[in-house]
Amino acid sequence: MSAAGGYALSREHGLELLRQMLRIRAFEDRSYRLYGETKIRGFLHLYNGEEAVAAGVMQALRPADAIVSTYREHGHALARGISMNAVMAELFGKQTGCSRGRGGSMHLFDAAKRFYGGNAIVAGGLPIAVGLALAQKLQHQSDLTACFFGDGAVAEGEFHESLNLASLWKLPLLFICENNLYAMGTALERAQAETDITTKARAYRMEATAVDGMDAFAVEEAVADAARKIRNGAGPALLEMRTYRFRAHSMFDPQLYRDKAEVEAWQKKGPIVSLTTRLKALGLMTEEDYQRLEREAEAEVETAVGFAESSPWEPVSELARFVYAEHIA
Amino acid sequence: MRIAYRDAVREAIRDALKADPRVFLMGEDVGRYGGSYAVSKGLLEEFGPQRIRDTPLSESAFVGAGIGAALGGLRPIVEIMTVNFSLLALDQIVNNAATLSHMSGGQLSVPLVIRLATGAGRQLGAQHSHSLEGWYAHIPGLRIAVPATLDDARRMLAAALASPDPVLLFEHLYLYNMEGELTPGLERVDLEHAAIRRAGRDVTLITYGWSLYKCLAAAATLAQEGIDAEVLDLRALRPLDDAAIMASVRRTRRAVIVDEGWRSGSLSAEVATRIVEQAFYDLDAPVARVCTAEVPVPYAKHLEAAALPSPETIAAAVRNLLTSGAGG
Repeated sequence: MSAAGGYALSREHGLELLRQMLRIRAFEDRSYRLYGETKIRGFLHLYNGEEAVAAGVMQALRPADAIVSTYREHGHALARGISMNAVMAELFGKQTGCSRGRGGSMHLFDAAKRFYGGNAIVAGGLPIAVGLALAQKLQHQSDLTACFFGDGAVAEGEFHESLNLASLWKLPLLFICENNLYAMGTALERAQAETDITTKARAYRMEATAVDGMDAFAVEEAVADAARKIRNGAGPALLEMRTYRFRAHSMFDPQLYRDKAEVEAWQKKGPIVSLTTRLKALGLMTEEDYQRLEREAEAEVETAVGFAESSPWEPVSELARFVYAEHIA
Repeated sequence: MRIAYRDAVREAIRDALKADPRVFLMGEDVGRYGGSYAVSKGLLEEFGPQRIRDTPLSESAFVGAGIGAALGGLRPIVEIMTVNFSLLALDQIVNNAATLSHMSGGQLSVPLVIRLATGAGRQLGAQHSHSLEGWYAHIPGLRIAVPATLDDARRMLAAALASPDPVLLFEHLYLYNMEGELTPGLERVDLEHAAIRRAGRDVTLITYGWSLYKCLAAAATLAQEGIDAEVLDLRALRPLDDAAIMASVRRTRRAVIVDEGWRSGSLSAEVATRIVEQAFYDLDAPVARVCTAEVPVPYAKHLEAAALPSPETIAAAVRNLLTSGAGG
């Protein structure tokens, strides 16, 4: 365990990280089945294996911080505190969804939680995060913006433009790269001449650290440490969360590009199993605790599915709403 | 008092900066250089580098930053030096600015103003002579306005900043040097209504931007031949002012659309179609168009001039319409 943050893993804290990860895992597994039942359509990108990143990051942020996310964002949304009912209803395309059925899996929004959306264009959210951080700085707020993206985004021009601009203007922006080693089916080393993403970030004169993205506690500590420096005016930072996607890229991916053995090796050091093992070894959690958290997560998902099923569809007469704002900004 | 178009735009920006602390200007060379077209000259000294913000040549990042700053409570004016460079920011404009309100179920809005120089006519070659405002007018979620007159150059920005939606203001590069008088007492304009710049009975010339002046010149020529042309300045390309277009066409019973954009899949095609859909039985002749030739705009002066609409080609299209009843 890293001691950078100077605090130890308590029972309460450990259980909360585990609880969040179990909620996400249960939500994703159920979403997978619901896709097969055609309750959910469109693209569906599941977060299995990467739960430690969402759980750890959101634990370390404040409610007033802004979040910019990607199309693989169910975990980010749930850990941020958007209700599971609203997220599931959005996947169903219902009126009660967190984007009123207009976004779907890839476009979850919650203005009150300062969750500025899943963005389905790789790296498309980074410039927006620069602007949110610029607004925070110009309005002298102590908040920061956290921007998620994957290793694929590193190949986009918007990644480089945004890191440069954020650093040039010393913005309160935390870049969080979820490096799961594959941009859809293209392995990092087949796409990047320099595969160490922190090296690229340092070229833009910002602090950059690689983090074990399978360890929720390490993630939380790294974010807490980076956030403290950012709030003190240090300018942007990048954290490279080294993680792995257990399931296919989307529901249409036969996974021809990676070996089953590789997936199984990563699953053995999965974020849920590793934290569970550690909490038990430290005597902070019993098997009964684990069973209870799992049951609660399943129950929450069951409730969310029921909510989504019974929710109304947006009337077609409302189709054209919100193309332009209905209020004065 | 005489004023140049670029000074009218600068005064509008200065007013906005003074009126609202949330407003700031950002773009390439808007500060130290004074603006590529000298629009923002002097503003850095007056308002400081926090509000007159020079950016690197990163169109996608600084347009996206404008979107994010708008989401974060500010009122950014982003200058993209020319529409040609806006192609590097197309992802942010089309995928983000235009979609966030709808895609979030109305939770978000993007009160962003983007100013862009547009158009041809200065022998700048194909990559610096695009007129892509019609392209942008294709996109639901954006508002597109074109200040062709000094009054609009002076007043449209305030209307754009008051809008909760993303607004693109297209300034034709040929107009920056244009001088004239502002209408006294004019305080407010909108981004939704077309304006009749010359009343006439025989034909309606429907246009916007720099082409407005070519249409007025053509109308003056035609008047000497006894042809009385009405000139309608669209001002807004999205939303289009259908009511004004149809009212004018129903009066004159003939329409010629003059657009510096290309004709295929274009704004002129959209306007023509709407006329056919809504006013077909009021027409005495087919709808005609005068557009830029379907070539990348060439450098050589005579070739460029031949490619663009001109008072002569506009007048010829009108004569053709009135004599043969056929399209131009």
